[in-house]
Amino acid sequence: MVTLKLILRNRLAAFGGIVLLAVCCVALLAPLLPLADPDITDPVNRLKRPFSEGALLGTDHLGRDLLSRLIWGTRLSLAVGIAAALIAAFIGSAIGIVAGFYGGRIDDLTMRGIDMLMAFPYILLALAIVAVLGPGLLNALYAVAVVNIPFFARNIRGVTVSIAHREFVDAARLSGMGRPRIIWSEILPNVLPVIVIAMSTTIGWMILETAGLSFLGLGSQPPQADLGSMLGEGRKLLINAPHASIVPGVMIFVIVMSVNLLGDGVRDALDPRLRAGALSRPAAATRVERPSPPTAGKTDALLQVADLQTEFQVGPRTYKAVGGVDFEVAPGECLGLIGESGSGKSVTALSLLGLVASPPGVIAGGAVRLDGEDTLSMNGEALRRVRGGRVAYVFQDPLATLHPLYRVGDQMVEAIRSHRPLPRQEAWNHSVALLEKVRIPNAAARAKAYPHELSGGMRQRVGIALALVNDPDLVIADEPTTALDVTVQAQVLALLDELRRERNMALIFITHDFGVVAQLCDRVAVMYAGRIVETGPTEDVLAAPRHPYTRRLIACVPELGGGRRALAAIPGLPPPVDALPDGCAFAPRCDKARDACRQGDVLLQAGGTRAVRCLYPEGAAP
Amino acid sequence: MLSYLIKRLIALVPVLLGLTVIVFAIMALIPGDPATAILGSFATPENVEKLNRDLGLDKPQIQQYLIWLGNLLQGDLGRSYSLNRPVLDEVLERFSATLILAGAALLLCTVWGLLIGIWTAARQYGWTDKILTFVVLIGISVPSFWLGLLLILLFAVQLRWLPASGMFAIYGGGDLPDLLRHLILPALTLSVVATGVIARLTRSAMLEVLRQDFIRTARAKGVSETRVLYGHAFKAALVSIIPVIGVQAGFVLGGAVYIETVFQWPGVGRMLVQAISTRDILLVQGGVIVVAASYVLFNLLADLSQSWLDPRVKA
Repeated sequence: MVTLKLILRNRLAAFGGIVLLAVCCVALLAPLLPLADPDITDPVNRLKRPFSEGALLGTDHLGRDLLSRLIWGTRLSLAVGIAAALIAAFIGSAIGIVAGFYGGRIDDLTMRGIDMLMAFPYILLALAIVAVLGPGLLNALYAVAVVNIPFFARNIRGVTVSIAHREFVDAARLSGMGRPRIIWSEILPNVLPVIVIAMSTTIGWMILETAGLSFLGLGSQPPQADLGSMLGEGRKLLINAPHASIVPGVMIFVIVMSVNLLGDGVRDALDPRLRAGALSRPAAATRVERPSPPTAGKTDALLQVADLQTEFQVGPRTYKAVGGVDFEVAPGECLGLIGESGSGKSVTALSLLGLVASPPGVIAGGAVRLDGEDTLSMNGEALRRVRGGRVAYVFQDPLATLHPLYRVGDQMVEAIRSHRPLPRQEAWNHSVALLEKVRIPNAAARAKAYPHELSGGMRQRVGIALALVNDPDLVIADEPTTALDVTVQAQVLALLDELRRERNMALIFITHDFGVVAQLCDRVAVMYAGRIVETGPTEDVLAAPRHPYTRRLIACVPELGGGRRALAAIPGLPPPVDALPDGCAFAPRCDKARDACRQGDVLLQAGGTRAVRCLYPEGAAP
Repeated sequence: MLSYLIKRLIALVPVLLGLTVIVFAIMALIPGDPATAILGSFATPENVEKLNRDLGLDKPQIQQYLIWLGNLLQGDLGRSYSLNRPVLDEVLERFSATLILAGAALLLCTVWGLLIGIWTAARQYGWTDKILTFVVLIGISVPSFWLGLLLILLFAVQLRWLPASGMFAIYGGGDLPDLLRHLILPALTLSVVATGVIARLTRSAMLEVLRQDFIRTARAKGVSETRVLYGHAFKAALVSIIPVIGVQAGFVLGGAVYIETVFQWPGVGRMLVQAISTRDILLVQGGVIVVAASYVLFNLLADLSQSWLDPRVKA
């Protein structure tokens, strides 16, 4: 039902469905309609133009009424096309299910055979079959059905293989059900929707192909006429009576077009990715839709983030991933942004330079000032200059974040030449030097490697080198060590720290690990449910956390050599950001929460170098 | 790369062999006794038997196949009875005409299909996208043989800009400009459906790639949007588009059957239709084998260019 609604919501698909339905109705009702006999010849009235008296669409070369022939021809073409589709779907699916379910040698042999058939150009195989069987509508039908069998066999086999080892099938097997019965009662019902989709996408082709064979004179034979053979006959009179070929062609086109519109609608309605909007193209920069940026405060900070709000708008829902974040980063300073997954720390980082995928991302408020200039109001070119120039990113999982088809050296060269007009060779040498700097052994050779040829730690070093190519003032590192094993992680952290001090660049380090923050960061900001809940110098926060969440998060870190200490997990989960509770977002998980915590907005209370978003902070009088 | 090429060439052998088996099997299914067909219904049983022996038809099927295959490998595809000349000569002559037509169409559909796909992906849900996507759907749905007739009516009959049929003008033609003038309409017609298919696939492949993390990296590096689109996204999308272009080569080669008939192009497709009408089975067999083999080779080419583009394939 949902599917049907989705199809109807798609106006084009609905239109296709209605047209198709109308054509089918007329074709079905042909015997009841007041039509002239399609086969009665009337040489006196031959080749009458359309809209002439007694013949709405004119007559053909034998004086037969074209409207009547068109409707009867449509009937025949539809019947043949649908029959071919049914035969192909039945045999092809049967082969696919058996091959997919039994697997092993049966599967191997059948699929080899199917591949062989697919090595033929489609129409050629149909021609060869008609050549053997002889021209005729029924033979054309068989030919078109046969050449479509491989398509069904392949698709259905794939689906069958994927469900042949699912739990419910195993359960049926263990209960002693025979294989044919399992296929009938467990596999078939699950495969059927796929068969229907495959049919809806191919039936148009089959109508087209049978019409084509008839057009060539290899399908229906006179006096019987389908749309294709009408077109074939009309073609002989193309110049004197173009209507005789235009009319049946329009009908074939209308049928195939409406089938395709409907088929696209069905496919889109059933594709979960499309429904989730996951296939829409992200724009070059995140959409900004904010009332007006907050006025800039006086500061010598390199980066000043004020009341940043980023949302994801998915259908009717709005997910407030970042709900008003403020922080500053001084030149050369290292700020740790810490929180559980889903706390909004990565989205915050990506929002700074408009890198949140949009749609669905929208920056709904706030300002990001780099030396006083708001990046969110920059135009495309100005923003491009900042990206990878003054501010660079290091991402998690460089296997996915480096382009798989370019050599790593070339990716660095591109980053350099996007900002500076350096000759290629010079840029290459600079890249190799940087790779050496991040301690990649044999850097000159490694620069020529593709990302998949490097190890995980090596790739992460490339990611860091890539960020450094233009000597940025600020590097934003988004969990750069999460995908690495512990020893490599330590090396990469030491490297980042060393580079930062050496080049006096600021670093925003995003992580979920307090241990890493302690090792690296001057200051730390703790995020929860899209907001900063506590911030301050790292040592102070670690020594005396004031927000209950921070305290619990620190308790999660195992201390080496600290004896046996119970690791305290935080019970419960962060609230979904499309349904944040009133008051403190952490209240539902907090053991100290009181009634006051569940009402109104809790503000970030600043005191000295620290700030905390809690009504009853730790260490304060109750 | 070389070892990959050799591996692929070796893998080709069973496919080509399978091809010959299928063609032979289909032809062996033809009902009726060829000897009776040749000699007429008044032939004596002795004569029929003698001819069967001469044709090798009294031997087991497998032996017949091996003999046939041996001849095939020596370039002997038999003799066309309707044209009274060796099948191979006729097929190769016709096939060169088909190659010109199909090659031009394949070039057109690749260039236009990719361009339209990129344009529509870059302007997703914009007006350009909506209009082009609809045009592409029309292109996929239109029967090519009918479109050919419409184009003849418009450009050859009404406007008299281009010739309606044939490969060369009957008088005074024969040079390259003449060939190109004759080529425009059929190649265009033949390319329409494949253009649509490639455009649709390119659009969805581009959209898929544009959401990948490495595109975000490219933007974070400060790469210009044009380069993001053409250098990064398109290159990655091409990896999944190339096999489809290979498959489209099959559709173009097959679709040539219609287009050659509509435009009287002297190619192998029109030859096949004529041979089927005159029941010249050996000619059908020869045509099918040559076209199918060329399709297999083209797909090999597509595979090789894919592996050249994507260093991960070779491993």
